[in-house]
Amino acid sequence: MAAPVALSLTDVGLVHPNGQRALAGVSLEVAAGERLAIIGPSGAGKTTLLRVAGTALRPSEGRVQVLQANPWQLGARALRRLRARVGVVHQAPPIPPQLRVVTAILAGRLGSWSLWRAIGSLIYPSDIAGAHEALARLDLADRLFDRCDRLSGGQLQRVGIARVLYQRPELMLADEPVSALDPTLADAAVGQLIAQSEAVSATLVASLHAVDLALKWFPRIVGMRAGHVVFDAPAADVTREMLVELYAAEGKVLPTQANDPSAVPVVARRGAGDGVLPFSRPGCR
Amino acid sequence: MSAVALAGTPPRRDPHARRRATATLIALVVLWPMLVLADFRPWALFEAGNLKVMGGFVGGFIPPSTSNEFLGLLLKATIETLAMATAGIALSFVIATPLALAMTGALSVSRIGPGPGRWRGELLRHAARGVLTLLRAVPEIVWALLFVRALGLGPAAGVLALAITYGGMLGKVYAEILESTDTRPARALLEAGSSRLAALFYGLVPGAAQELASYTVYRWECAVRASVVMGFVGAGGLGQLMDQSMKMLNGGEAGSILLVFLLLVLLADALSAALRRLLT
Repeated sequence: MAAPVALSLTDVGLVHPNGQRALAGVSLEVAAGERLAIIGPSGAGKTTLLRVAGTALRPSEGRVQVLQANPWQLGARALRRLRARVGVVHQAPPIPPQLRVVTAILAGRLGSWSLWRAIGSLIYPSDIAGAHEALARLDLADRLFDRCDRLSGGQLQRVGIARVLYQRPELMLADEPVSALDPTLADAAVGQLIAQSEAVSATLVASLHAVDLALKWFPRIVGMRAGHVVFDAPAADVTREMLVELYAAEGKVLPTQANDPSAVPVVARRGAGDGVLPFSRPGCR
Repeated sequence: MSAVALAGTPPRRDPHARRRATATLIALVVLWPMLVLADFRPWALFEAGNLKVMGGFVGGFIPPSTSNEFLGLLLKATIETLAMATAGIALSFVIATPLALAMTGALSVSRIGPGPGRWRGELLRHAARGVLTLLRAVPEIVWALLFVRALGLGPAAGVLALAITYGGMLGKVYAEILESTDTRPARALLEAGSSRLAALFYGLVPGAAQELASYTVYRWECAVRASVVMGFVGAGGLGQLMDQSMKMLNGGEAGSILLVFLLLVLLADALSAALRRLLT
């Protein structure tokens, strides 16, 4: 039963340099291979939590263990090796627009490549097949040799996901990975992240704005608000009341995917308890 | 945050207006005495006597000299100047690149977190900045005077002088260009365990290539002009030729040399435009 712990946060607090507190007393333990979604209103600290987990931010208080190591006690070389084992899907894909898609995806493995391979791959892509495979899973294979500035926002976001699929990290952190995608594509993209996590037993922690997407794909849901963890429960135990309270500041409507027919069967498929549904969906105005 | 949107009345005035006005005023107050100190009287140019003197000087350049013997010398000097400028820029590139990389904060791994080796990193960045300042603080003409004494008359002294001063300039501006492009891609790569150099090539250079290339070509253009000035102190090339022509009061030859400068600058401009198109 006792799977190794992939990510552990103990009483983590974080105050940004401008004095704004983003996290307070956050404790979270994620077992290796587990899939967890973080939901919560805008400004709840979801992104900060993921950046702390991804060793991009050092917490002001508390302890972090990433893949069984305390990143902030490691030397520079060990920290770099640890970072190469963690993959992050950023909400705004940090890809220079001049890069070709194939290069942007191959950049996922820069953490494990030698410098010579990295430079050589800029001259001639060193793993076209691998990049193609990752991109094909997001239904974008025909854009492999296009420049990134010729892609739409949603396509670029999928390239960002493909980069992490290609990286094959042990811990995948996804910050609103499908915020620019329409409901059908978003569903498929999250499905690919889940599939990757299943295929290589990678841990997946994703923050999602659409509550229905989180409940459909993730067995465990963490609700955050104002830098605190409000609840941490199996998806089946998440009730409508818990969600309404979580999003109280944003009005009465729960954020879900747009009112798209393909997103509706979520409820039926999960066959979850009556307490979960139905959500009120944002109206079509 | 949402409270701001809810609060009723719109702000009555721009809260930053006073600070901006003060800054403008201070800038003017500082600028004025400098203009006075610099004896800034542009209208003096247009006084009758001055116009005549300048006209006489410029008139001496016309018509440009086209004697075969002089054109041969001119060609040789032009090639020498181009070689001096190009070799100087190539050497300064070699000096500038590692220092610029050391100085670029966007490529600092230890700043993430901050993590291990932070103080060493900051120290290294400051050291690189200091070296670059030293290199460019001394004008190339002074270096040239120094090297002419050591290496004798000729372009070698000019090349070394250019390499040192321009190395300092290129390094500083390279680092600033790298910092002013979107640094998030490089940062994301560093956060995923990439090395500094890989993050540079995949994260920073794609966005900065155009600026880096056009600044380098512009510096090459400056090096062509600078090599002329250094020619006056004996570093060879067009400058030395110009020096001789001026001393012999041969305005026509000086006019031809000036025309060559014009052509070289046009060439640099075309090269820069072509590179920018290539790197978009």
